[in-house]
Amino acid sequence: MTVPTSAALLRVRDLKTYFVTEHGRGTARAVDEVSFDLYPGETLGIVGESGCGKTVTSLSILRLVPEPPGHILPGSLIEFEGRNLLALAPRELRSIRGNQIAMIFQEPMTSLNPVFTVGDQIAEAAIIHQHLSRRAARDRAIEMLRLVGIPDPDQRIDHYPHQLSGGMRQRVMIAMALVCHPKVLIADEPTTALDVTIQAQILELLDGLQQELGMAVLLITHDLGVVAGHTDRVVVMYAGRVVETAPTTGLFERPTHPYTEGLLAAVPRVHAPRSRLHAIPGQVPAATDWPSGCRFHPRCPYAWDKCAAQEPPLLDAGEGHTARCWLVTEPERRQAKP
Amino acid sequence: MTLVDVRDLVKHYAGERRWFGLGRPRPPVRAVDGVSFTISSGRTLGLVGESGSGKTTVGRTMLRLQEPTSGKVLFEGADVFALDSGALRTLRRRMQIVFQDPYSSLNPRMTVQQTLREPLEIHRLNGTVGALLEEVGLDAAFAKRYPHELSGGQRQRVGIARALSVEPQFIVCDEPVSALDVSVQAQVLNLLADLQARRRLTYLFIAHDLAVVRHIADAVAVMYLGKIVEHAPAAEIYALPRHPYTTALLSAVPEPDPRATRTRIVLSGDIPSPAAPPPGCPFHPRCPHPLKSERCRTEVPPLREVPTGSGHLAACHYAEQPM
Repeated sequence: MTVPTSAALLRVRDLKTYFVTEHGRGTARAVDEVSFDLYPGETLGIVGESGCGKTVTSLSILRLVPEPPGHILPGSLIEFEGRNLLALAPRELRSIRGNQIAMIFQEPMTSLNPVFTVGDQIAEAAIIHQHLSRRAARDRAIEMLRLVGIPDPDQRIDHYPHQLSGGMRQRVMIAMALVCHPKVLIADEPTTALDVTIQAQILELLDGLQQELGMAVLLITHDLGVVAGHTDRVVVMYAGRVVETAPTTGLFERPTHPYTEGLLAAVPRVHAPRSRLHAIPGQVPAATDWPSGCRFHPRCPYAWDKCAAQEPPLLDAGEGHTARCWLVTEPERRQAKP
Repeated sequence: MTLVDVRDLVKHYAGERRWFGLGRPRPPVRAVDGVSFTISSGRTLGLVGESGSGKTTVGRTMLRLQEPTSGKVLFEGADVFALDSGALRTLRRRMQIVFQDPYSSLNPRMTVQQTLREPLEIHRLNGTVGALLEEVGLDAAFAKRYPHELSGGQRQRVGIARALSVEPQFIVCDEPVSALDVSVQAQVLNLLADLQARRRLTYLFIAHDLAVVRHIADAVAVMYLGKIVEHAPAAEIYALPRHPYTTALLSAVPEPDPRATRTRIVLSGDIPSPAAPPPGCPFHPRCPHPLKSERCRTEVPPLREVPTGSGHLAACHYAEQPM
């Protein structure tokens, strides 16, 4: 666990990624002025429910959002080691993508190429970025398979993705991402498609590799349990906005935004007596039609007239917490409702 | 009173033939391999397991959506597998199912009104679509909508309303909340609990998520490779699991508490194929139990009662010395 002391490795400022929908239904403001920093060696969690913009945020960083229909608006900044990734030529971006910033995805079967062996797919990045010979790249791929805990790596290297189980495929994807020793690993729901015992294996593997290789990890997830056990700091997203940021322990001990509070209360827990769960009423609004004012106000138990009229900025709530909520300025209103 | 009684249920799927259907068949997939349990009227049994454990096949075979290989299911004493098609249709009114994916289980060309109307007409019931929608917490205006116009949570409410329309006593809930976001998942779980209290429903609640099951089940059965490995009252199985697989499964659930100090047991290896289960105890290759011995590799442990006084069943040679 690291406390950010040095300069940020990756700075995201006012990121806006919009999608133009068909049939003139308007523009989906999927990611709307998102800002955060990622420091060397830390794990930053981005947590939120479907449609909150967490995946589009992660895709935007490496400019993997399909254009059209998507586009990243001018004024957005994604700065990696002092360079704005959004302003780079495709060639320059390619030298960073998969090399210094790598990514793993939720669905290993659809992210691996079914017609190439796993060895070829792992070696490819090493040949392109590190100019290794085929033979050296193959040795490197075997070493990577061993690193991610695949038994008999010198045989597995010639296997195709369909010959592997879901957990093994995810290990291969991690090996592919880490072959160039990236400084930043973006992991988008890396364990969501896996069974819980396999999820535990993969999360343990990622923790160990991070310690060993010293990279920064951006962990995108909907699972607050994963956030609690595997991140240093957390960004909570709702309706395309960052609604709260905090150190992980602080977020769970003192959730400040009512959405975070509601989400934590809604999580079923194994070690709790059987009880009724707290539910957040209503559902996430559509990205083409975010509510006025605070985007959470229609579902918020504390909302008052100001919340519908005026959207709060991210306010400093002390102890490293920020929250996009007027309760920070009027805390006495928190007592008013259940 | 026992409503549902499952006895030694077996469902094997024939292995495919090799060489484009000309060669020797592969060994059969033993999806469900001798499963027995009972559910009392008005109670919920949680059936838990990972992918490939056979939990969904149990639910579907019980309703005869799939024919069993062998075994019996008694519903209020009547043998479900012995019924002719007419009697089965009558019985289906009393046993219903709610599926995981409410999108693929609703007809996209039918409005909510049409979907809910159909069972009422077939069974000549007096219920109304409006009353059903109200009961599952949806506004009457939803009757005119098509499934694609609904959110995941709303669709699942329609799926529940459809199951309720024929006034069943027993509902198989097959992963009803696993496709939903946390905040909506809580809404649907609470709805299922309310409906159970109001209508005295009996549930078989199939899930992979032990935390979700904690909030709804009275008893829990854990499946591994087609067999029940542990079955106990909910409070007991969560407090002191007797099978090492249950222990590992519980410890693997990520807990939303950064200060949790629980030791996590990380199982090594993958779940074996149900077409080639290991000899002896099917869990032995992954088992972290310190007492694991030669006996585990050779002798299949039967599901037997552990003397706790509450009918706690476990299929482990060392259930008296839990991890």
